Amino acid sequence: MFLVPDFKGYDFFPHGTRLNFMKFKDVCFFASLALMAISLALIFTKGFNYGVDFKGGAMIEVRSTQGDADIAALRTKIGALGLGDVQIQSFGTPQDALIRIEEQPGGEQAQQDALKKVQGVLGDGFEQRRVEIVGPAVSSELRRTGTIAVLASIVAIMMYVWFRFEWQFAVGTLVALAHDVLVTAGIFSLFQMEFDLSIVAALLTILGYSVNDTVVVADRIRENLRKYKRMDLTELLNLSINETLSRTILTGVTTIVVLVALFFLGGAVIHNFTFAMLFGVLIGTYSSIFIGAPILEYLGVKRETVVGTEAKTAG
Amino acid sequence: MLHFERWKIIAIILTVLTGIMFALPNFVSKQTLAGWPDFLPKRQMPLGLDLQGGAHLLLSIDQEEIRKDWLQGVQDAARANLREAKIGFSGIGVDGGAVKVTLVKPEDAARAETELKKLISPVGNAVLGTAGTDLEVAKSGDNQFTIKPTPQGFDQRLTNATTASIETVNRRVNALGTAESTVVRQGKDRILVQFPGLSDTRQLKDLIGQTAKLSFHAVHPSLSPEEARATRIPLGYKIYASTDTERGGPAEYLLQETSIVPGDDLEDAQPGFDQRTTEPIISFRFNTSGARRFGKYTQDNVGRPFAIMLDDKVISAPVIREAILGGTGQISGNFSVETANNLAIQLRSGALPAKLTVVEERTVGPSLGADSIAAGMRAGIIGLGAALIMTVIAYGTFGVYAVIGLLVHGILILALMSAIGTTLTLPGIAGFVLTIAMAVDANVLIYERIREELRAGKTAIAAIDMGFQRAFVTILDSQLTTFVAALIMFWLGSGPIRGFAVTLSLGIITSVFAAVTITRLLAAMWLKNAKTSKSRTLQVPI
Repeated sequence: MFLVPDFKGYDFFPHGTRLNFMKFKDVCFFASLALMAISLALIFTKGFNYGVDFKGGAMIEVRSTQGDADIAALRTKIGALGLGDVQIQSFGTPQDALIRIEEQPGGEQAQQDALKKVQGVLGDGFEQRRVEIVGPAVSSELRRTGTIAVLASIVAIMMYVWFRFEWQFAVGTLVALAHDVLVTAGIFSLFQMEFDLSIVAALLTILGYSVNDTVVVADRIRENLRKYKRMDLTELLNLSINETLSRTILTGVTTIVVLVALFFLGGAVIHNFTFAMLFGVLIGTYSSIFIGAPILEYLGVKRETVVGTEAKTAG
Repeated sequence: MLHFERWKIIAIILTVLTGIMFALPNFVSKQTLAGWPDFLPKRQMPLGLDLQGGAHLLLSIDQEEIRKDWLQGVQDAARANLREAKIGFSGIGVDGGAVKVTLVKPEDAARAETELKKLISPVGNAVLGTAGTDLEVAKSGDNQFTIKPTPQGFDQRLTNATTASIETVNRRVNALGTAESTVVRQGKDRILVQFPGLSDTRQLKDLIGQTAKLSFHAVHPSLSPEEARATRIPLGYKIYASTDTERGGPAEYLLQETSIVPGDDLEDAQPGFDQRTTEPIISFRFNTSGARRFGKYTQDNVGRPFAIMLDDKVISAPVIREAILGGTGQISGNFSVETANNLAIQLRSGALPAKLTVVEERTVGPSLGADSIAAGMRAGIIGLGAALIMTVIAYGTFGVYAVIGLLVHGILILALMSAIGTTLTLPGIAGFVLTIAMAVDANVLIYERIREELRAGKTAIAAIDMGFQRAFVTILDSQLTTFVAALIMFWLGSGPIRGFAVTLSLGIITSVFAAVTITRLLAAMWLKNAKTSKSRTLQVPI
């Protein structure tokens, strides 16, 4: 056009690569299965470090109005209130402290009473930056809806893939998605990072991103199945992954750059959320190459059905 | 794929212009906005409580109290009906979630059944086929009846009580200030209060944490509570605890159960100070019927005490010195300035049908909100900038087109959120930043495809056409699946998740529009221009 002079972009990636991804498929596949198993075991034995959303209780973020927050003094003062398990940690800047109080026995009102006690101890030396209290009724509801949301998303996405592709693709997607969610959750369990509502949102987005990746590869596999009628399936899967590799990496890098910006600059409140996303994008990219595609080989995609039913839509 | 009809181009340009118009108010201050002509859109995207600071309280109504009150009312009505029909009964009481009536003579059963059935009223909607009754009357023995609420009837009670509570809570919350607070129903028995700008919720919780049912009762003329307990509590009387012990009053009172004047007859209440003792008091005024009843009672009972009760506890029991005929009076009840103030607000707003409990509270102070906005903006701008630079480096001139598409995506999402009035939350900002990555992905898919086609030896026109056409299917599939996840998040999520889901789903729509329309239009224009000006060997700047 007139305003923008013509200039070529810099093509980062060597094209026509024939990296043999399928060579590692067995190793990767079983490594992934093992990871899933380990994650499951971690979740069942170690459990999650649930945030107030799911565990109930109170979380109070305070900022000292005079100098740095004296965490040790806060610990003694609030510890003396007899509120059970109380965690106090520095948060973000040295002036800030985060106080977590476990769910108090005695129903909804007991949580409020605990907050009142803590507020009484804090006095004027602290400014309240954030208060989150979730009672027993709401926390159990959030646990339920959170689980349903993740499961429902996986099923809905699988149905969509089934509808648009073949059942083998749907199974591949299902395993890849389950893998991503499980391993991310496993990491949260392993390091006992706080698991709250925003992590569920992150898991759901990871699902979206991972299926995005899987679908792009699947799309190419379908196209190639039609194009190369006699190619060996393993070779064809390899070719499809290679052909979409430049896109996979470019998009992945862009997303990671954006997330890294959010992670380091977005503030402490969304730290865990962006961490989950970062990890999920990496694992999601891995799973679409090393799980989503190889499964098609294990299950054996029938060329005729793919070519027959999808010839029109993919034009 | 590369031919655009004239009307399509006009439609695209109009869409972008409309988007700019709706997005623009977000970049100017409220004062500037006020000076704009009326035909321009002026709506700014509202900021969520996590960004502007404020309180979010989820209240739950006490179901047991509603059931108890209802059964009490049913019992009173049943007693009155039987008395009026002169049917003798030996017992009536609330037992196991139902009212049980025992008649003296089994012969009266048929008549009693007719009388008791008068208490039943229909509920539900006959047209929708959900009609039913609120109570069930069943004969549970020769001379026994059970009156039981139906689930339907109780649901209706609960809904009505919640509705009434919302109005009362609204009035109480408004008394705290003129901020744009909202009070809305959530589910059958919950109320969500959102109060922007409020970071200390203590007074708010005090105000809505009390039912504030005020009533005036006659004190038994001769018996003390101890004497009554020792012998027999007279019919229609009951012992109530007092909170007025600090000023030397007794711990208990024997009071008539039926009030002289119910609290509903209160018209106004204001905090003030007693002129003699300077202690905080509340002065009140009755409406006409209340004033008449109160006047008559005080006239007839000069020299005797009466009790003022708040939520079934006596707060003071003054002696009537003279008839109070004007319908005004004052309550002194060991108040502090603050409690007198709160109680006056509560009395003015009316009583709550049942106690409300806070089941969820999320409060963000203004400083954290401001920090979050700053952090979100900084991360957003840097993330966006990095993504845009990468796109231009990777795809040259066509990369610039993609950037223009991305900017349109940004403008449109702002415009949509402002026009719909979706609140922007911190997770929402994260969602927005993420949609940028996804919008870049759409362009990457298209451009990588064009490169592939070029490498395969296709001409420039064919390659560009093919690129958009082939990639479109993939974009649609990949974005739709994310959209499915976003919809489920919106459907199931609460608060923070919803904000994220909304920006994500809107962002998917605008990013697809930007990639397949704006970028494609620009590419088509480049092609048209290049074809007329250059030679046959066309080089695509990608």
